[in-house]
Amino acid sequence: MGLNRRTLSPTAAMLATFAIILSACGGGATPAPSISTPGASGGEASASAVAAASLAPCGTVNIAVNPWVGYEADAAVVGYLLQQKLGCTVVKKNIDEQTSWQGFPTGEVDVILENWGHEDLAAKYITADKVAQDLGSNGNEGVIGWYVPKFFVDANPDILTAKTDPTILNKYAAQFKTSESGDKGQILDGDPSFVTNDQGMINGFGLNYKVVYSGSEAASNKAIQAAVDAQKPILVYYYTPNWFSSKVDLVHIEFPAWTPGCDKVATNIKCDYPPYHLNKVVSTKFATSGSPAFTFIQKFKWTNDDQNAVAADITSNGMSDDDAAKKWVDANPSVWQAWMP
Amino acid sequence: MTTVAAPPATRPAGKGSPAAGGPTISVRGLWKVFGPAEQRLTRRAGSAAPSADQIEAAVRDHGGTVAVGDVSFDVRPGEVFVVMGLSGSGKSTLVRCLTRLIEPTFGEIDLDGENIRKASQERLRELRRRRFSMVFQNFGLLPHRRVLENIAFGLELRGESKATRLTRADEMLGLVGLDGMAERYPDELSGGQQQRVGLARALAGDPEVMLLDEPFSALDPLIRRDMQNEVIRLHHDLRKTMVFITHDLAEALKLGDHVMIMRAGKIVQIGRPEELVARPADEYVEDFVRDIPKSHVLTLRWVMRPANANDPVDGPVFPVDTIIRMVIHAAAATDKPIRVIEDGQLVGVVDRAHILETVAGQGNDAEVGPPT
Amino acid sequence: MTDIAATVQPRFALSLGRVGQLLALGVLFLIAFVVLQGNGTLPHKDDSQVFLTLNGVRDWVDANRSTNPVFVYVLGPIRAAIDGLDGIVTSLLSQASWIGLLAVAGALALAFVSWRTALLVIGSLLAIGLLGLWTETLQTLVLIANSVALSLLIGIPLGILAGRNDRFLAFITPILDFMQIMPTFAYLAPLTLIFLIGPASAVIATLIYAMPPAIRITSLGIRGVPVQTVEAAESLGATDGQVLRKVQLPIARRTIGLAVNQTIMMALSIIVIAALINAPGLGESIIVAIEKLKFGAAVTAGIAIVLLAMVLDRITASASGAGLPAVIAIGPLRVPRRTLRIIALAIAVVGLLGGALASAGSSFPAAWHVSIAKPLDDAVRWVELTFAGLTDALKNGVSAGLLDPIQTVLTTSPWWLVIAAAAGIAAIVNSTRAAVVVAVALVLIVLLQVWEHAMQTLTMVIVSVVLTMAIGIVLGVWAARNRVVSAVLRPINDAAQTLPSFVYLLPALALFGPTRFTAILAAVIYSVPAVVRLVEDGVRGVSPTVIEAATAAGASRLQMIRKVQLPMARRSLLVATNQGVVLVLAMVVLGGLVGAQALGFDVVSGFSQRNFFGRGVAAAIGIVLLGVMLDRITQGTGQRRSVRGVVGRLGVGLNSNRASREA
Repeated sequence: MGLNRRTLSPTAAMLATFAIILSACGGGATPAPSISTPGASGGEASASAVAAASLAPCGTVNIAVNPWVGYEADAAVVGYLLQQKLGCTVVKKNIDEQTSWQGFPTGEVDVILENWGHEDLAAKYITADKVAQDLGSNGNEGVIGWYVPKFFVDANPDILTAKTDPTILNKYAAQFKTSESGDKGQILDGDPSFVTNDQGMINGFGLNYKVVYSGSEAASNKAIQAAVDAQKPILVYYYTPNWFSSKVDLVHIEFPAWTPGCDKVATNIKCDYPPYHLNKVVSTKFATSGSPAFTFIQKFKWTNDDQNAVAADITSNGMSDDDAAKKWVDANPSVWQAWMP
Repeated sequence: MTTVAAPPATRPAGKGSPAAGGPTISVRGLWKVFGPAEQRLTRRAGSAAPSADQIEAAVRDHGGTVAVGDVSFDVRPGEVFVVMGLSGSGKSTLVRCLTRLIEPTFGEIDLDGENIRKASQERLRELRRRRFSMVFQNFGLLPHRRVLENIAFGLELRGESKATRLTRADEMLGLVGLDGMAERYPDELSGGQQQRVGLARALAGDPEVMLLDEPFSALDPLIRRDMQNEVIRLHHDLRKTMVFITHDLAEALKLGDHVMIMRAGKIVQIGRPEELVARPADEYVEDFVRDIPKSHVLTLRWVMRPANANDPVDGPVFPVDTIIRMVIHAAAATDKPIRVIEDGQLVGVVDRAHILETVAGQGNDAEVGPPT
Repeated sequence: MTDIAATVQPRFALSLGRVGQLLALGVLFLIAFVVLQGNGTLPHKDDSQVFLTLNGVRDWVDANRSTNPVFVYVLGPIRAAIDGLDGIVTSLLSQASWIGLLAVAGALALAFVSWRTALLVIGSLLAIGLLGLWTETLQTLVLIANSVALSLLIGIPLGILAGRNDRFLAFITPILDFMQIMPTFAYLAPLTLIFLIGPASAVIATLIYAMPPAIRITSLGIRGVPVQTVEAAESLGATDGQVLRKVQLPIARRTIGLAVNQTIMMALSIIVIAALINAPGLGESIIVAIEKLKFGAAVTAGIAIVLLAMVLDRITASASGAGLPAVIAIGPLRVPRRTLRIIALAIAVVGLLGGALASAGSSFPAAWHVSIAKPLDDAVRWVELTFAGLTDALKNGVSAGLLDPIQTVLTTSPWWLVIAAAAGIAAIVNSTRAAVVVAVALVLIVLLQVWEHAMQTLTMVIVSVVLTMAIGIVLGVWAARNRVVSAVLRPINDAAQTLPSFVYLLPALALFGPTRFTAILAAVIYSVPAVVRLVEDGVRGVSPTVIEAATAAGASRLQMIRKVQLPMARRSLLVATNQGVVLVLAMVVLGGLVGAQALGFDVVSGFSQRNFFGRGVAAAIGIVLLGVMLDRITQGTGQRRSVRGVVGRLGVGLNSNRASREA
């Protein structure tokens, strides 16, 4: 037969396997920290749940986790409390923000903890299809915009006049040029799934810039850190709340302020991003389930600082989601006790 | 030299087989065309066969090949009918047409008077299961089954109970000399042994007709001779009608009651072995038989002359169907002519010198008398 | 030497003629480019009509999902059925404790393969648990189980049909080719549109990729049954059903076992990509690790996938191998097969019961987890810091020296000039027919209004292929001539080809940031192993007699390589180029995840941004068309049939990372 099976080199595989086992035995005395992948706790109930006797059983809560650390912090604390205090089974799902909404009608997703705008989705899923409900603010106020390192603004203060005349940016296009932007300046966007008007703004303001995507929040942070370390100019799409802003000094380059409808034509926008009052959205199915988790999420509300603290612990301090959540929960009992049903 | 009288036209076929009514298999005007021409022809002609010219023209115009062209012959009950030809002569296609493993293009095939071309698929299967069986050049054994299960396969297909078919298969195993091999797998057997399994499988269903498609071509010469003798023995014991395909003339002459020589899909000659040797129909056949020692094939019938009053009456006596080779010894021991008898009657004599000439290979066509 | 020259010369002369034609074409193209630059360009527009129309399709589907009968009565139930299956298998697996699953897997290996494999299987699974990826691995296993079950359920009957019916085979072959040449990446978005996110989409995406080999290999197995054997059965009066049940299926059993094995392997290689549409499991772990730039975590998940692949491969490989002997030797012991199977059964039962009694839980104890991520992260960090200057220079050099000029030529030439040139190349190296296919593919790209991005992607592919082939040929020739090099490269290649492609993005990203160069580097790392192997095998395949003759004639080492080995391994080089191109394209588009722009990014953003759905779908089709074009150009005259014969039969398509081994 001319058919060879694909097999792995057995010796190599065995060696690798036993090396791992050996290292496990060696480290057996002092348990190594787990490699936790958030949202992958696939259908496990927390063993140490302390369910309040008076409450209905919590059941399973599917929390969408959108790809930025701030959101991960929301989910870490909410998930931790739901498991530990209400005895819920929490399933975290790593999903993009717009895709998360698709999960409401099918039951894939029960909760979005930090929604940034998305009026079109709200119109469809909340107003028209009635498969989701707006649970109001989570307490965080969001800002999206274009940022540069402070040292750059110090050296070139007139860049701040973009608030009235965005074309001032064209003066600096050459300085923001990279290998990816050709002869234009580069505006570094983040995750492809993030809310962005940048191409529309470039068109609208007549800017000589090209949008380049880093691919993720972490990649953007890394690029910013590298630029700041090397004192090189960088122009980034950025947002608050954001734990990373405490590590580097970024300045928001404001454009003419947002007015209702100014961003209606996505390919031609002549204003800055609107302010975002971040809100919680849950599926109707979940809202009517009678689960105490619903009441809890309805009451969930914290500040940008709270979120940043947890996010910083998860990232730069290398803590697991649960550890970071526990730390915050232990330090802020008064905040979370108000959320309990 | 004078020629002898022709043997009677109604001479029973087969080495010692009894005469029977009609032929077991009768083939009339059989055609098999491969390629685009076939569809053209059948669509146009329906079931009525077009003329040979029309068929040749269609093949020329639309492409294709004539594998079997206008072949007719009869196979008599109990005889071994050999189809001989080189590769590409259409002989293997022909034998597959007989049970419609390959669907013929035109022509009639009767088995004991039953029109096989008109048989339904179901009827055809029934015929294959009970009346025909086939032995293949490459054995066609099932590699995942043991010898016994291979032999019983045909019985299994027709729904015999397990006990029945295994008992029967066991008998067959002994018949073909494979005792003790029942539990082996085919790939544990030699080629000769595998073909014995093939034979046993074909015999297990107790068919009326066995079709053997170059069964020994894949075997080496010594084994082949054994197997030929095995077939002769089996035929002698079981009296099955056989259609035997081969490209080996010696094999054809050795086994066949009748031999049909094919070339490019057409019949070149049909006759008993000695007829072919004694009177080849054309140069093609002549070329084939040139190296065949005539004394090994021809019978006394072919070399005898009418007796006359002067012939001594005390010479050795032999039946008319005796192969010449068999009388050499007797001929050498006497100088009297050999007396040839048939049904107890003297039908002719053979001079000693004539026998020796034939044996020495000096006899030419004029010297052997063809029956007419 | 003259003898050798005489044997090699004619073919060489032929290819020189082609090289001349190609050079002439190149010169003509450049002249035309200089004259016509800037005319007939097709700049990218995010609001082009095609994208808007496709968005309209999306809106229509969204609006009619709950009312349209096709959705309500066909697609909905399909989705529900697969989701239901997913639920059942998930709950089955979570009923069993981790101890129980270990015992069952080990028992299977013991009963059907060997005690060594049983140890290997248990060791691998333990390692996965220790790496802290038990739960994710189970999630992946559930998806694999369901996609493979469905692939086989549909694929084996179709394969049987294709094996028995020439017409059906002729009908289905181009469909299978297309299913496999299409990057998985390309059909994810339409799938989520139809089946939404969830198990159904992931399973169907995997099925599309994993089913073709099941069909092909089954058909191959049926066709591999000797004609005489089938004829023999027919001559004995077997019905069609009897021929199938008693002859074809039993004889093809081992080959069909191989189909099962291959289907599992293919499914595993694609399940990671399905994570882009939120399939849970190890793929998700890798995607999250990429998002967070956690190299160590990504490699850890990659290793878990490799281990899982090994476990499944070893257990299912026995289905296609020889059965166990009746008596099995374990060291000095002689154990009858029957006894061994009873022992295996006992182990499985004891494991399941014991796990339940000890309430071990379905997840591996967290206290035992071991992290191997930190040293890996440290290593990357070290490379990053140490070579920062160098990597920047390399990136900028390649970008300015290779990428930008090629991209400029491709994007600022008139579109018809590029099409003419591509068709010309196809005509010279392949055939007029190929040229027509190439031209049609490119015209369709024009009509999809993704021309500029397609040309950017093409630029990255061209640069990656040049680098891949250069490295691959050098390493391949070296390995073919040197046993030590070969021995060192083989296991590295093995491991490299089994790791999920995503994993390669991260080291490249760490070194070169979100740039096109990152995509190129990942593509090169990803495709070099396959090319090395094909080149090595090709050079090794040169007849020893010829080598001996050349040596006798006094050929130097370089002469041997240049005048004998490479020309005679020409076919393998062509196959290697073709495979290299196909693999590179698959990886370059994944580069869209880490900052490489163009079509790959359009597809990625199409998953997550509603407004870019249309652009994403158009880009996905564009990628398929680019793939068809590149495949046709690199097929080489008359080579393809035979290559397809070997490679294609096994269903090695665009995303396969194991292509080389079969050729």
